[in-house]
Amino acid sequence: MNKEEAILGLTDTMAKFTSYIGKRLPRDVIKKQAELRKLETNPLAIEIYDVMAENQDAADKLDRPSCQDTGVIQYFIAAGSNFPLLGELEGILENATLGATRLGPLRHNAVETFDEKNTGTNTGSKIPWLDWEIVPGEDSATIDVYMAGGGCTLPGASKVLMPGQGYEGVAEFVLDVITSRGINACPPLLVGVGVSTSAETAARLSKKAILRPVDSRHQNDNAAKMEELLEEGLNELGIGPQGLTGNNSVMGVNIESSARHPSTIGVAVSTGCWSHRRGKIRINSDLSYEIMSHDGVVL
Amino acid sequence: MKKILTTPIKDEDLAELKVGDIVYLTGQLVTCRDVAHRRLVELGRELPVDIVGGAIFHAGPIVRENEDGSHEMISIGPTTSMRMEKFERHFIEETGVKLIIGKGGMGPETAAGCRENKAVHAVFPGGCAVVAATKVEAIEGAEWKDLGMPETLWINRVREFGPLIISIDTQGNNIFETNKARFNEKKGPILEKISNQLKFIK
Ligand code: SF4
Repeated sequence: MNKEEAILGLTDTMAKFTSYIGKRLPRDVIKKQAELRKLETNPLAIEIYDVMAENQDAADKLDRPSCQDTGVIQYFIAAGSNFPLLGELEGILENATLGATRLGPLRHNAVETFDEKNTGTNTGSKIPWLDWEIVPGEDSATIDVYMAGGGCTLPGASKVLMPGQGYEGVAEFVLDVITSRGINACPPLLVGVGVSTSAETAARLSKKAILRPVDSRHQNDNAAKMEELLEEGLNELGIGPQGLTGNNSVMGVNIESSARHPSTIGVAVSTGCWSHRRGKIRINSDLSYEIMSHDGVVL
Repeated sequence: MKKILTTPIKDEDLAELKVGDIVYLTGQLVTCRDVAHRRLVELGRELPVDIVGGAIFHAGPIVRENEDGSHEMISIGPTTSMRMEKFERHFIEETGVKLIIGKGGMGPETAAGCRENKAVHAVFPGGCAVVAATKVEAIEGAEWKDLGMPETLWINRVREFGPLIISIDTQGNNIFETNKARFNEKKGPILEKISNQLKFIK
């Protein structure tokens, strides 16, 4: 395969995968929602869960985007420093977004700021959004694709606390965001929390947190405990699907963290809605690939 | 039995409805969201569709344009209604709309508009856009297409479109406000319980 063919091949794979994740939810999200439906006792909430399940079936059968808001496309890349198309990846993913927009079809969701014109292609300045991590010595690339819908992006918030406010302040911030703005973001939510040093580092980590599987835990014991406490606490609120009350509120709470300045605690929240459309794919150096988030995918 | 509303909707069709009730809609449903509201309310432009006794949907759909120029509804689901809170009271009064469908709650201004003009707000479960699309029989027209696909006023003929959960009734009761108060009441004690176990800074 020459380089040009390789670029075309990977563009095609990524376009198809990007379009695919708008139609079918990842396996951890499907499993969690079935569990929450089983635990539910409020008849209105049960009705909503059933319409959600019916919708996913219909999307699968009709091969259509399951939610009309197919979001702004974001790619979170962990690329090996020896990945053969490292320098081409940015262009490949931009073209993949263009391709997915035709294939889906995806809704046109990129409005050029200040010009205030919808580009009609889902691409624009710095969109699709790329987030990079370079893995030294590796020759594969792992890419998380995420459709950032409007509703689930709106609750996003970040703030810098004083250390005196402690982790108690972090918990308060999370609960405030979810009870005020999370309700409208199509619960049950996957709540991502960044605990870090400044506003933007916490914000980035909170987004990375919702890319982690629903039932995963932070490797630090205290952080894992905090994930559990927040999850229980939020569920006790009983926000229910669509905020119309029910036995639970969230699919889970994931925390990502970094070290911080002694004088600051940066905290941020990002939310994923029940229709949490993300997918993980690993591209090997020979450009063969494995899809890690979904089962039985044929691209 | 399914309660079905048919456009044009009359005051008496809505009088008995209470928040939390589930209804379905048959007839005309027009998508109408941010910029259309702004044009009517702030820029004083007239809506290019008559919606007296009608229904609007806070939604930005995915529509396929066929080669013969006709349109096909692929995916249509509600968007966050709260963004229209700023305009809705005025909008209801100006247009005579009776049923506003969206996602999540709306605020006191919309509730006042619903009370004054005997209209209701209802929630269609967010993210269930394919179910919704299958209830659209045809797209009968499109106005203000200059706004782009999500913001265009798509005029749909729908059949038993729902479930629609009444969230503001004609008395101005607001289920989301009630729920919000309930969540806020519970929040304090829950936070206290959690905080006691989060004293990591010693
Ligand atoms: S919050 Fe999610 S499910 Fe709800 S409308 Fe937006 S993208 Fe769709």
